[in-house]
Amino acid sequence: MKKRYLASALFLFSIGSLFIGVSAISPMDLFSLTDDQLHILLASRIPRLVSILLAGASISVCGLIMQQLTRNKFVSPTTAGTMDSARLGVLVSLMVFTSASPLQKMSIAFLFALLGTFIFMKILDRIKFKDVIFVPLVGLMFGNIISSITTFFAYKEDLIQNMSSWMQGDFSLIMAGRYELMYLSIPVMVLAYLFANKFTIAGMGEDFSTSLGLNYRTVVNIGLVIVAFVASSVLLTVGMIPFLGLIIPNIVSIYQGDHLKNNLPHTALLGALFVLVCDIIGRVVIYPYELPISLTVGVIGSGIFAYLLIRRKTHEA
Amino acid sequence: MVVAKNVFKFFGKKKVVEDVSITIPKGKITSLIGPNGAGKSTLLSMVSRLLTSDGGEITIDELDVAKCRGNDLAKKVSILKQANNVTLKLTVRELVSFGRFPYSQGKLTKEDHTYVDEAIRYMELEELENSYLNELSGGQKQRAYLAMVIAQDTEYILLDEPLNNLDMKHAVQMMKVLRKLVDELGKTVAIVIHDINFASCYSDYIIAMKDGKVAKEGTVHDMIRPCVLKEIYDLDMNIEDVNNNKICVYYA
Repeated sequence: MKKRYLASALFLFSIGSLFIGVSAISPMDLFSLTDDQLHILLASRIPRLVSILLAGASISVCGLIMQQLTRNKFVSPTTAGTMDSARLGVLVSLMVFTSASPLQKMSIAFLFALLGTFIFMKILDRIKFKDVIFVPLVGLMFGNIISSITTFFAYKEDLIQNMSSWMQGDFSLIMAGRYELMYLSIPVMVLAYLFANKFTIAGMGEDFSTSLGLNYRTVVNIGLVIVAFVASSVLLTVGMIPFLGLIIPNIVSIYQGDHLKNNLPHTALLGALFVLVCDIIGRVVIYPYELPISLTVGVIGSGIFAYLLIRRKTHEA
Repeated sequence: MVVAKNVFKFFGKKKVVEDVSITIPKGKITSLIGPNGAGKSTLLSMVSRLLTSDGGEITIDELDVAKCRGNDLAKKVSILKQANNVTLKLTVRELVSFGRFPYSQGKLTKEDHTYVDEAIRYMELEELENSYLNELSGGQKQRAYLAMVIAQDTEYILLDEPLNNLDMKHAVQMMKVLRKLVDELGKTVAIVIHDINFASCYSDYIIAMKDGKVAKEGTVHDMIRPCVLKEIYDLDMNIEDVNNNKICVYYA
C-alpha cells in the first residue's frame, strides 16, 4: 500500500462524507448554496469531517507510540487505562467545578490520563512475566478498576448519564464550537513525528537506548505526555473509540515494519481513513438515523482484532 | 584506556562487585572470564554506564563515565548485551542505521550512509540488509547487532557474551571479526566470555573474576595455567598446546 493511494482514498471519502446527511446537499449545489446549506456545511459537516480525521489519525498514532514504548503490540490507549483515567479526570472536573469549561475539563482529564498511564508503565516495570497477551490484560484490569471508581462516584453524584456520553464515541453531536479542542492534537502529532526515531530506539529497550546516548526515561515520558494529551482531547470531543489505537498500528506494522519515522504517516492516514469509512457506514445503514462510531468501529475493529490474534498465533507456531 | 578504581555494586544487600580495580588496555581484546555470578556482566554494564556504580570511579580516556554526557559517551563506547530481545520489526539496514544516532540524531547524512554501508559489508550482511530482524536466525541477528555497533564507530566496544546462541562456525566467525576490529581498525574490545578456549585463542589480555572480585589478571600465557584456572573455576584442567594455542581440556 502506497502513501499516495491512502491519501487519495482519504481525500475521496472526505469529499463524500461532506455530502452525506439528512439535509440534502449535493456536489452540484456547491456553487449555488442556499444559506441553510452553507450553514449546515460550515457548522456541522466540516467540523464533523475534521474531527473524524483528527481523532482517527491521532488515536492511531498514540497506539503506535504506546506499542513501541511498552514493546508490546497489544497495548493502546484503551488497553492501558489511559482512556479510563481520562474519564475519571472528566468526572473529577465535573465534581469540583460545577460548570467546567471544555479547556478545564481537558486539563484535568489530561493530568489523570498521564498519571494513569504512568502508573501502568510502573506496573509493567514491576511484573516479570511480560507475555504479549498478559501485559494488555493487566492494562484492561487496571482500566476497569479505574472505570469502576468513576462509576461509583458518578452514581453518588448523579452524573451517570453525563459520564456515559463519554463512554460512547459519537460524531453526530459534533458542531462548530464543540470540537475545536481537537485542533490541539495537530501540534502534538508534529511533536510525535519529530521524536519518531527516538521512540523507535526506546522501543529497542533501555540498554540499547543508553548505549546510543539516548536518555530513555525522558523519551518515554515525552511519549506518555503525547499519548495522554491526545487521549484526553479526543475523549472530550468525540468519546471513546474502541480498538482504533490497537488495530491500525498493527496493520501498518504488517506491511511497513516498525520504523516509526516511516510508518507514522501511514498510521495517521490509515487511522483517519478507517474512522471515516466506519462513520460513513454508520450514517448510511439505518438512514436517516445513524449508529454511533463506537459501535461501527467496535464491530469492524473486533473482527480485525480477532484476525490479528489468530494470525499472530500461526506466525509464532 | 578504561580504568575502574575501587568500584562497588550492590543488589539490595548483596555485594555483586566488591572493590574492583581494573585497567582495560587500549587496542587489545580483553576477556572477562569467571564462573556464573562472579560480577563480570555487572562490571561491564557499569563501565558502559548501563548501571551506575555504588562507589568508586570509572574513566574512559580520562572521561568520567558518571559525569559525561550520554551522547558524548555514545561516540566513545558502545555495548551489546546478551539478551537482545528486540521485538520491533526493523530491517537490518534500519537497525544498523540507528548506530549513527549519536552523530546525526536520526537525520542521516551522506557520511552516515557510508558508515552504514561499510558496517554491513564488514559483517557480510549485504544480502540480508532488507530482511526483517524477526526473519533472521540467531547468528544472523547477532551479526546485525554487531554491525550496528560497528556503524556507531566507537573506539571502545563492549560485548556481553557475544557467542551466546551461536553455533561453532558462527562463534569462530564472530571472534575473527572482533580480532579484525582490533587489528585492522584499531578498536578496543572487551568481552564477557564463558568459553575458556575462545578466550585463550583470541584475547590479548584476560581478567578473571570470582565472587565479585578480581581473582587474577594477565596475558594468555599467565592465565591459561592449570593452577590459575583451578583457583577460578574449581575444576582440574589439562592444558594442551595445539598449533601454538593453549587449549583447556576439562570435559571428562
